[in-house]
This record gives sequence, C-alpha cells and structure tokens, in this order.
Amino acid sequence: MTAATMTESRSSTSLKDWIKLRLELLPTLAALVIFIAMVIYGEVAYGRIVQMSTMSNLLINNSHLIIIAVGMTFVIITGGIDLSVGAVIAFTSVAGVMLTNAGWNGWLVVLLMVAMGGLFGVVSGVLVQYFNVQPFIATLAMMFLARGLASMLSTVPERLAADASILALATQFKIIDGPKVNDLIITPGVIIALVVVLVAMFLLHRTRTGRTVYAIGGSEQSAQLMGLPVHATKMWVYVISGLLAGVAAVVYTSRLGIAQNITGIGWELDAIAATVIGGTLLTGGVGFVLGSVVGSLVLGLMIVLITRDGGIPPEATTIITGGILLVFVLLQRLVLARQRD
Amino acid sequence: MSDNGTGPAGFLKEVVRRQYFWGVVAIVLLLLVNLTKDPSYLSIGWNDANGALVGNLVDILRAAAPIMMISIGMCLVIATSGIDLSVGSVMVIAGAVSMQFLAAAPNTFAGAMAALGLALLVSAVVGLVNGILVSVVGLQPFISTLIMMLAGRGIAKVITGGQNTSAVNDSFRWIANGYLFGLPVVFLLALAIVVLVGLLVRRSALGLMIEAIGMDPQAARLAGVNRRGLLLAVYSISGLLSGVAGVFATASVMTVDISRTGYQLEMDAILAVVIGGTSLAGGKFNLTGATVGALLIATLDKTVVFLGVSSSATPAFKAVVIVVLCLIQSDRVRQLLRSRRTTGSRPSRKEAVAA
Amino acid sequence: MSQSPIVEMKDISISFPGVKALDGVDFRLFPGEVHTLMGENGAGKSTLIKALTGVYRIDEGVISVDGDVVQFQGTADAQEAGVSTVYQEVNLCSNLSIGENVMLGHEVRGRFGVNWKATHEAATKTLRKLGLGHLDPRASLASISLAMQQLVAISRAMVTQARVLILDEPTSSLDSNEVEQLFSVMRQLRDEGVAILFVSHFLEQVYAISDRLTVLRNGQFVGEYATGELDQASLIGKMIGKEITALRSLDSQSAARGHRQDAETVYLARGLGRKGSIEPFDIELKRGEVVGLAGLLGSGRTELARLIYGADRPDSGDVEIHGHKVAVHTPAAGLRRRIAFSSENRRDEGIIRDLTVRENLVLGVQAKRGWARPLPRKQVDEIVDKYMVELGVRPSDPNRAMRNLSGGNQQKALLGRWLATKPDILILDEPTRGIDVGAKAEIQEQVLQLAAEGVAVIFISSELEEVVRLSDRIIVLKDHRMIAEVTNGPEVSAETIVKIIADHSTEQNAPVARAHKTKEVAL
Repeated sequence: MTAATMTESRSSTSLKDWIKLRLELLPTLAALVIFIAMVIYGEVAYGRIVQMSTMSNLLINNSHLIIIAVGMTFVIITGGIDLSVGAVIAFTSVAGVMLTNAGWNGWLVVLLMVAMGGLFGVVSGVLVQYFNVQPFIATLAMMFLARGLASMLSTVPERLAADASILALATQFKIIDGPKVNDLIITPGVIIALVVVLVAMFLLHRTRTGRTVYAIGGSEQSAQLMGLPVHATKMWVYVISGLLAGVAAVVYTSRLGIAQNITGIGWELDAIAATVIGGTLLTGGVGFVLGSVVGSLVLGLMIVLITRDGGIPPEATTIITGGILLVFVLLQRLVLARQRD
Repeated sequence: MSDNGTGPAGFLKEVVRRQYFWGVVAIVLLLLVNLTKDPSYLSIGWNDANGALVGNLVDILRAAAPIMMISIGMCLVIATSGIDLSVGSVMVIAGAVSMQFLAAAPNTFAGAMAALGLALLVSAVVGLVNGILVSVVGLQPFISTLIMMLAGRGIAKVITGGQNTSAVNDSFRWIANGYLFGLPVVFLLALAIVVLVGLLVRRSALGLMIEAIGMDPQAARLAGVNRRGLLLAVYSISGLLSGVAGVFATASVMTVDISRTGYQLEMDAILAVVIGGTSLAGGKFNLTGATVGALLIATLDKTVVFLGVSSSATPAFKAVVIVVLCLIQSDRVRQLLRSRRTTGSRPSRKEAVAA
Repeated sequence: MSQSPIVEMKDISISFPGVKALDGVDFRLFPGEVHTLMGENGAGKSTLIKALTGVYRIDEGVISVDGDVVQFQGTADAQEAGVSTVYQEVNLCSNLSIGENVMLGHEVRGRFGVNWKATHEAATKTLRKLGLGHLDPRASLASISLAMQQLVAISRAMVTQARVLILDEPTSSLDSNEVEQLFSVMRQLRDEGVAILFVSHFLEQVYAISDRLTVLRNGQFVGEYATGELDQASLIGKMIGKEITALRSLDSQSAARGHRQDAETVYLARGLGRKGSIEPFDIELKRGEVVGLAGLLGSGRTELARLIYGADRPDSGDVEIHGHKVAVHTPAAGLRRRIAFSSENRRDEGIIRDLTVRENLVLGVQAKRGWARPLPRKQVDEIVDKYMVELGVRPSDPNRAMRNLSGGNQQKALLGRWLATKPDILILDEPTRGIDVGAKAEIQEQVLQLAAEGVAVIFISSELEEVVRLSDRIIVLKDHRMIAEVTNGPEVSAETIVKIIADHSTEQNAPVARAHKTKEVAL
C-alpha cells in the first residue's frame, strides 16, 4: 500500500478523534485557560494588567523561573524530581559574583556558573542512576550541599560592581515605545529563556534522547528491555536541570546585581508547581515544555495580582503556591483514576 | 542466626555489626578532634546556682534533644517507606502557635500547659493531614510533605503576622532551660520519648506491622494489616513529636524565629535515621540507632562551630555525610565490598539492624 | 534449514543464591526455523532466554551468534546483534503512541530532528506487514487491547531487522483468531529466514507451529527433538520426568473421598460483582467442600476470589456468612470473618521477603488481633512449631528471612500463615504454580486434609487436571463471568471443562471486555 492511502485515512479522522489523541494536552490547555482568566480578572479588578509594560515585566521577572521549570520538566517526565535547583542557584550566583568582583572575566564567569550548575547535576545523576539513591534524597542532599557551600562563601549580600559585564544581560531594549512607561521591553535574559525553551522543545519532541526521556517515565523497565540508553538519559536529565539552574542563576544575578546565600529558598517548589500546573504528571511519562512556561507565568501573574490586591499578606504566597500545587496534583490523580476505568 | 559467637567476643562482634556502632565511633572521634584543640573540652562542672551540670557535653545533650524527637518520628515514617519533609516546618508552626498564645496569656503554669496543648494539637493535625494525603489520597509521601514543608513556614508567618513573636512564661521557659538531676530537662524528656515510643512499637505489634507495610505494602494489606490506619498514626506521631521539638526550640529563647526555627532540620532527622541503620527504602528500623544518629549530629554541629566554621555551612557537611551513607547502602558498593572479602562469615544485614 | 546454527549456547550454567537455575544447558537455533523451548514452570526457560539476551550474566558456558562468541551486556547489545525479544507481559510504554512504541530508538530523522511523518509512515509499514494496517500509529498504546499490544511489540522487534526473534509466551493473552494471525506472521518471518525461539504452555500451539523442540527440566537439558518424532504424551513425560507417578497416587486418593451434599452452608453470595472486574455472580460454599474455579488466565477467577476476601471492594451484591448478612470490603474484614486468601502473586502479594519465616507465619493472626494485642511469645512459638512441622517447611529454622526459602517452601509457609488464622473459608489462588513436583503433591494433600477437617476451600489453578482431581464442585468462568457449575464425578474430566469453555460463545453474550477473549486451553 502507498502513503497516499494512509494520508487519506488520516484526514478522515474526525475532530473528536483528534481530541482523544490529544487528551494529554488537556491539562496544558487548562493552564492556559487559567492564565487568561487570571489576566481578565486582574484587568477587571485592578486594571493595568493587559498592557505592554506589565506583560514585559512578567516575562522579565520570571525568566529565571521559566528556565528552571524547563529543567524540572525533563526530570519529572522521567519520574524523578530535582529539589536542588534553588540552592544551586544560590551557590552559583554567589560564586559568580565573588569571582567577578575578584576581577575575573565576566563571560568566563558566566560559563563557569553554568558549568558549576551542571556539576551538581552530574553528582545527583550519578547518585540516582548508579547508586540507586531515590531522586528526592539525592537532590535534597545536593540542596543542602549547595546551600552550605554558598554559606561558606558568604553570608552577606554580595553586590556586583556597576560596570560588571554580566549586567549587560539585563539591559532593557524597547521594542515598542508606548505612551508614558507602557513600553514593550525585552532583555537578553528573556531571550535566553526563550532560547532555552525552544532548545528544550526540540530536544524533548524531536530527538531520540527526548523520546527516551518519555519512555523512561512510561516504564523504565520497558525502556531498558527495548534497548534504549536508559542509564545515560537518566544521567542527562539531572545534568540538564543542573545546567539550567546555572543559566537561571546568570539571568537572575544579572537582573538583581546582588547574590546571597539565601537566594532561591523555595524555588524548587515554584518550579515543581509551574511544571505540574503546565500538565506534567508527577509520576512521569507525560509533560510539555510549553506547559511549564505557562505554569511559570501563572505563578508570576499570581504574585502580581497579590501585590496589586494588597489585602493578602505577602507571607501567604508560599501557602497559595503550595495549595495550587496540591490542587493540581489531586486533579492529576483524579484524571488518572478516570482513565483507568 | 546460629553463627553468632557466645561470650564477650561474640557480644563485641554483635555490637560492631550494628550500624549505629559506627555512629558512636564517629561521636568519639569528633570529641577527640575538639579535645586536641581545647584539652579541657570534655570537662564538666557543677553550677550550684541552678543545680546543673555545665560543660560542652551537656550542651551537646541539650542540642541533641529536639533532633532526637524529630528523628524518632522520622524513623517510623521512613520504616513505612515514606518520608516526612515537613518536620522542620511543623516545629516552627508549633513554636508560632505557642508564642502567639503565650504573648496574650497570663504568666502562669496553666497558661504554659494550655500553650503546650494547643501547639501539640496543631502539630498532630498537620501530621494527620500529611497522613491523609499519603494514605487516603495516595500521593507520594515526599510530595505531600514537601508541600507541607514549604507551606508550613508560610502558615507560621501568617500566625505571627510575619513577626518573630516573643513571650514571657516562667514555667514554659523551665521545660526548655531547666535541669533535673543535673541534666537538662529537654534531654531527659527526649530520652523518655525515645523509651516510650520504643516500648510502644516493640512491645505491641506496631513495629512488625510498620515493617511489613514498609517492605511490601500489597502483601501486608492482603495479610490483613490496616495500612491506612497505620500510616495515619505514623504521620500523626511524626507531626506530634515535631511539635514537641518545636515548642522546646522556641521555649529556650522564648521567641519564635519565623525563618530559622526548625529550618532545614528535616535533613538532620533523615540523616540521624540513616546513620542509625534504617534504610531509606523502608522496612527494618532501629530507634536506638536514630537516637545515636541525633547525638552524632548535635556533636557535629557543635564541632563545626567550635572549629570556627560558620554554622550556616553545616548543611554542606551533613550533605556529604548522607551522600556517603547512601553510597554505603547502595547495592553497587556493597557488592564491591563483598567481593573484597569473600571469605569469612557474611553478616546478615537484617540481623544487624534489628532493634 | 541451513547447516550452521545462528545461535549456539553450550554448557550454560547460571546460579542464583540458593538455586542453580541452569545447569550445563545446550541450545541450538537455526535460521528459518521455529524452535520451541519446553519445560514446566521453573524449568529454566526464562532464565535461558535472559541469558541469551544479556539480561543475566552466565556463570559458565559459551554463547555464540553466527559462530562468533558473544557476551551481551544488555538488551541493547543483543538487539545490535539481531536478537530481539517479545516478553509475555507486554514491555512497551503505554504513555506513548503505537507508532512511537514501534519506532522508539529507531525514529526516522531528518534535518530538523525526528521526522514524525516519516516515522509514523515507517511504523505503519511495519504494522501492515503483520496485518495491523488498520491501527493508527498516532493513537495511544493504552487505547488498544492487550492482544494488539502484543502484536505491536512483535512489530517493534521487526523494525530492528531481527534475525533471531524470541517470543516468550506471546499467546497467553491472545484469542484463537489472534493466535492464527500471529502464527501466519511467524511462518512468514520463518520463510524469510528469521530464526524464531518460541515459548508456550499450549501444546496444541506448539505442535502447530514449531519445527523442533528443546526440553528443559529443573534447569537441566533433557533433549532436542524434531517436533514430528515426539508425540504429546512422551513430551509431557520428558517435561515432568518420572515423578508423574507421584501425581497419579493422589488421583486415587481424591476419588475415594466424597463430600456430603447436606453439609452446612458457610458462605452465600448473591449478585456479588464489581464493574470492569467481574460480572455479578452467585456462589455458595459448604463446610468441608473443595470448590474449584476453572477458566483461563484473565477469565475472572482471581477477581472473583478477591471479591470474596475483600481484597477488592464489590460494588453490588449481598453476602451471608453463617447465615448473617455481612459486608466484606477490606482484607482485614475478610480475615475477621474467617476468610483467608492466598494470592497467585506469591512474590508481591504473598510473602514478605525480608521478614523472617516466623514473622511471616504470625502476620495474619497478628493482623487479626490488632496491633495493640501482640501475640504472647509462647503462642508465637506454638504456631511456628505447629505449622513448620505440619507443612514440612524446610529449612526448619524459623528465624531465616523468607527470601532465602525455595518457592515451594515459601508457598507452604504462606499456607501456614493462613491456616494459623483458623479460617472457615480458604481461598488458594494458584498455590501450586512454579513450585517443584514434590511440594505440589504436598500442598494438594493439605487441601484435601483441610476439607476433611471442615474448611471450605476455593481452589484456583490453570492446570485443569489439578482442579478436577481436587474439587467436589467446579465453577467455570469465562470473560469475567461465571458460565457454569459442574458437580464433580467420574464422568467429569479436564476435557469436559474445556468443552464447556469452548462451547460457550462469547459473541451472543454481552461484549464484556474485548481485551479478554477466548483463549486456548493450557495442558
């Protein structure tokens, strides 16, 4: 038979079939709907949400979260978890700022920061893959190690000199010069985040390594018996997560110009929440990079709305994030239970 | 097993086989390190004013008390092949509840008891919620308790309105700073908890059942073991004991430090349990071992500070220790070690960790 | 058949702690043949396959492929050399699409990474070769039946250009049409020169498809035969060895026994059922009666048993025990009502490997008493002594970890756990699977003994002979529903049951679950 008959049979599938096939996209679409609903609610309740400056700031302020959420997506799709990202960001950024202030070349430092992040990932990966340590224990250990090392370097805020070259990554370029301060702004940091997202999408959806990531999440034993490179791939997801934590540290540090040993406490929860809100199953096997991006923006917008509202104490944000994560995890269980019937 | 020797040699062999023996060795080594820096490190004096022993060793015992309490709860949770990452946050919640209550309550014994009761109730409820999420809803233990760990500190902040609340209550202060028979009350209380919980699980069938569900939940359920009830109980106990620890941690300074009380103590508890020879995979557990582990961690904390390293750097040391312990527990390293000494009796790990 | 073998395994030995799984086994596989590996459970078939595919390291012996000595480090190596395996339990990823599963690791790549259009086309091409052209490669694997998934797994093996295809019990979840479909594919591949190693428990299938047979018994090589030169009876003789007489002696014993029909009713269920698991059924159990459940794998036998014990929660029906209306919704409740259930999955749902034999033995009684009332040490010793001796658990040291015991002894200890709870109703799901013949006879004897003492026993086994031999009554299941009840007698034999199952047409009844259809009958 020829390919022609096949395309014919493909085109005859109805919309209903298409939806059935894309069932796993549903949570991601749900997240998108939530995001849009939040935008509309914010616009109606507080105003000044649907405008270029707010949206630009949303991207700028959350680019680091988007980056670590992308890394987390890889790890969670394999059925693992990486609790070390926040602490790794703290260590790499403190180390980076101190090296820069010691007179090292700014771009070399950026490379080093990413590499250091990757190194933490390597250690987590080796522990998980070769020594059978549970992912959350291995990465919890890395979290403490990184946090402790950061504290050894410094326990006070380390400030970048005003002429540090890394700060160039936070330069604001006006794309559209709107009225007053309502400009569409983009920074190299945001561009880095976008590149990370595109590369990750390509990796996950268009390479064999990416498909192995999904296969491992579906059934590690099957993946092994199918002859897929399970060991190497499981290693890689932690390395990717570590590397991206390094990248996030670069973006975040360039934006603030300050690094501290207590930076990034609780960011692992934000990254996990963003990933889960975006439709990635905590049990592995299903997930989308774009979903995690939407999830990050939902969390970012939530902070904006809380700030605008003023009635909710800022200390409640972790409770709300935790609550949202809990709700989505429960929803996932419900959906899974449905599918099984 | 029949290959156990008898007499003192056999006893010694038996002791060396227990993993927490190496915990004791580590404590001694750390103390020796301190001793080389300060030859009078181990000296213990007597303070007539409050009828107490004074010295570094007593300080270590006092510091070990809260870790002992959370480790006991963590040990039971880990035995069910779960984990409780929320212990540190439950501590700060308990501290916040008691301080916030005492700040408004009169400085009486009754006030202290009411604060204690309220704090413990709240902690047990948080533990129960963890238990429900794990056993009824069926979430992975680490994710439910991770949410609780991060949200818990937020809850504490909301309770105190973001402040580090202080209060005055002499009875309350005594339980944390007082002395009985020359020893800190907290330590004696922690010891009493260890003994009580130990008796509870080993004299009843709780221990066997907890191990059974930790080793093989399916088989245990079909054998008629009530997994759901046990998990609820175990997580509640862990919450309750964290609450006790939290109350003491705040009572010693009569202030709850929202961002520091109990911060990162979940790692201490996990570490203490693993040092004590309980596998993170669940199953056989050892409360004595967890206690030794807690003492080791307190000694480590004190040593690091004594040697002039910033106390905020201690997590790094602990991370290294836990990585090493995980490596030792892994099959790969075990095989490597086994092939090195193929001759000689093969110690049964199961025997070695039975409490 | 060409002259030199494509796979040659010589003198293969593999030991696991306490067991010699393979002991000097030889095996040869030629291009363009279907070669069946025969043997009872535990004979070493799976071990041999895992040795060939590099899952297990061999202790002794040589494996050569195409005359070259090989040492595969894993499935990937084996696939590289053209050796592909399809396992009994489908080893695919149900979170991915059909096409992706077929092509995983072999996706067609273009300039922009994986070319999904070309990949799906390639998948369709392969699927079509096996007569699966109607499957949409973009559909989720979870959306098709288990049988279809099995065929998809074979398609996957074909993508890797396998020269050696290992099919480990691929037919156990296929109906006769699907088996025929599979066989025609196998014949086609054989004619193309692929060497096929086939494992099946279904004798008819073995004779229908294979060119040669290799028989293993207790990890040892028995012989290699052309299928034509060995009739079924001698094949069975070779598989189970001379110990066949041990089973015969039991036969006469059961014939001598008769169950009184007027015995007291212990258990009565009406309309007990659970959606998606088993259709509502009625069942009555009498004191001292052995009720056999016959049916094929997946017919609902296990599901029925689990509902009675409370391992699964029924969603319809009433239960009376000793005339009292009760609800049995959890195993703990079942235990309290004096029901005991020994699962077919001994490893995961039966024994607790890391507890001692002693702890395993008392766990049931202890669970029944509750955590707060620990068994006194003396009583524990009594239970342990009693059942270790009575059931002949070896080694006799109760402080050994359960994992160190052989399968048969684990099963006996497990039986001891349930007997210690003093059940009125004892459900045994495949208690004799995968254990040696001696232990099997001992357990069968125990069943009859217990019935004589007044226990109502539900006995489930894939071996119809065994069910017929032991039962007073036989309940036949098919497609998740109870289809017949037969009172045992001299005129009833395994063939009777087979006929009932075969004659009961699925089509005219409600389509219960398409995934579980008629299956051929095991020997």
